[in-house]
Amino acid sequence: MTAAMIELQKVGHRYPGQPAVESLRDVDLIIHAGELVAVMGPSGSGKTTLLHIVGTLDRPTSGTVRIAGLNVSGMSDRELSGFRAARLGFVFQQFFLLDGMSVLDNVAAGLLYRGLDPASRRRAALEALDRVGLGHRLRHRPGQLSGGERQRTAIARAIAGRPAVVLADEPTGNLDSLSGAGIVDALRDLNRDGTTVIVITHSPVVAGAMHRTIEIKDGRIEADSDG
Amino acid sequence: MADTSRLRTGDLLSLASLGLRMRRLRAALSALGIAIGIAAIVGVLGITQSSESDLLGQIDRLGTNLLTVQNGHTFNGAEANLPVTAPAMIGHMPAVDHVAATSLLSPSIYRTDLVPGYESGGIGVRAADSALLATLDGSLLQGTFLNAATARYPVVVLGFGAARYLGIDRLDQPTHVWIAHRWFTVIGIMDRLPLAPEIDQSVLVGWPIAQSALGFNGYPTRIYVRTITSQTSAVDALLAATADPQDPEQVAVSRPSDALAARLAVQSSSTSLILGLGAIALLVGGLGIANVMFVSVLERRSEIGLRRALGATRGHIAAQFLAEALLLSTLGGILGVAAGIVATAGYATSRNWSILVPPISIWAALSAAIVVGAVAGLYPAIRAARLLPTQALRST
Repeated sequence: MTAAMIELQKVGHRYPGQPAVESLRDVDLIIHAGELVAVMGPSGSGKTTLLHIVGTLDRPTSGTVRIAGLNVSGMSDRELSGFRAARLGFVFQQFFLLDGMSVLDNVAAGLLYRGLDPASRRRAALEALDRVGLGHRLRHRPGQLSGGERQRTAIARAIAGRPAVVLADEPTGNLDSLSGAGIVDALRDLNRDGTTVIVITHSPVVAGAMHRTIEIKDGRIEADSDG
Repeated sequence: MADTSRLRTGDLLSLASLGLRMRRLRAALSALGIAIGIAAIVGVLGITQSSESDLLGQIDRLGTNLLTVQNGHTFNGAEANLPVTAPAMIGHMPAVDHVAATSLLSPSIYRTDLVPGYESGGIGVRAADSALLATLDGSLLQGTFLNAATARYPVVVLGFGAARYLGIDRLDQPTHVWIAHRWFTVIGIMDRLPLAPEIDQSVLVGWPIAQSALGFNGYPTRIYVRTITSQTSAVDALLAATADPQDPEQVAVSRPSDALAARLAVQSSSTSLILGLGAIALLVGGLGIANVMFVSVLERRSEIGLRRALGATRGHIAAQFLAEALLLSTLGGILGVAAGIVATAGYATSRNWSILVPPISIWAALSAAIVVGAVAGLYPAIRAARLLPTQALRST
């Protein structure tokens, strides 16, 4: 395989409190560029924390995180924001679309913090919506779409900036199985074009469609189909 | 390599309006608070300015060079006698243009001889010099004023208020009034005299007829003096001694235009009161905006989380919410300025004043609105920026 896209070394994460919660313990993980990875595990096992740390939304309490060859542990909040804007795409279970804006504008908002002019943002948004098969829904409001279409809009938003890594946190969790299958197809297409995709899921069906499955329990990697 | 987050200024503006567009009613209500405060401030300043300029215009037109001389020892507010020689003595002073003596007489006046004796309605009968019209710079609505010839006959000129009270507004038919058991013919009706309201309420008769028919003893009780404007203060200082060299302390000299000027001062003190109320309204409006912004930050946690995931820095989040608060307060400010101008225009038009809204009040009000918005939005914006992305994304 190619160079490591994501490299976690002895990563630990602890939520302060009484008692403190140890959500990740000594996690070592390498994900290469172009991989399609499922992360599974029971609720509270640390999956989302892992995704947040890989997505630079949270910092590990211990250990080092390298993404695309960069040590992100030492970056400032500002640098991390820039890093996310340029290289990462996120898909959430709750979609997080803004109801006040059209589908096209929601997707174009994915490029808002890149400083691009509105015309090129729209162009990229159009292209991304075409890729997820929503080229005909541009002027609709998110509220007028089905659940599957909303999640595909969110995927379009994540990929509009052509990120190196797309991180999806239970993207099919709020969808019926048919819509879920559509989302899985979209993520596989994305991966086929070279994007590294990491998906958190409870569903064995979704995990089965990925190339590699990592299982987490109590903050530790229990099983790794690639390990 | 440095990947940096950048947000264009134009995009920030449309982000600022996003929250307002999503919650229009809430935005309108919170902007209204600011608008009311600003409207009060602009309106009060505009109305005061318009009325001040009207008062100043009145004072200018009426002149500040009129002085009145009275006996200071009055009893129950009634006018007391001045020396008979006073008008002539004053007339000899160098800077005096006109002098006119008047004397308040005791008889009552009636529209007809049928009115019972006790209903005289605050209208007084006054003996007056024929120079009074020129001294007061007055004018007649109807007819003519007294002159050397008519002053000897039983004729009267009505003050503005007296004519109104008696119900006399035209003289095309011979018109008479009943004074001291005798008919007097009305020969003129005077226009309003803002500097001498006591003449407005009087019926004027000539000096000679007052002496021959109304038992007038010839002592003046109130003398009007018109001076050269630049010498008014000098004349003022010498007037008491000139009017009554024996007993100058008895003489009270006043300047009627001072009463109008005093109205200016009264007005400006009530203005500061209403300005204070406007400032309080503005403050309350600011609290309303702060409140709305806090609620907005709470409601839009997941949007904040999403934006952080999309690459927004803390600064971008703070800027978005601060810009929203500023937009709200600026819209409120513009609305308030417009309402204030409309209020001023309406009030000034109803009073026949010229419409004057001091530009500084508009700029000051708008700046105040912006400052209030900035202060109100600052803390909510900081709260929004301080949210950790993971906290913001943890949906409820």
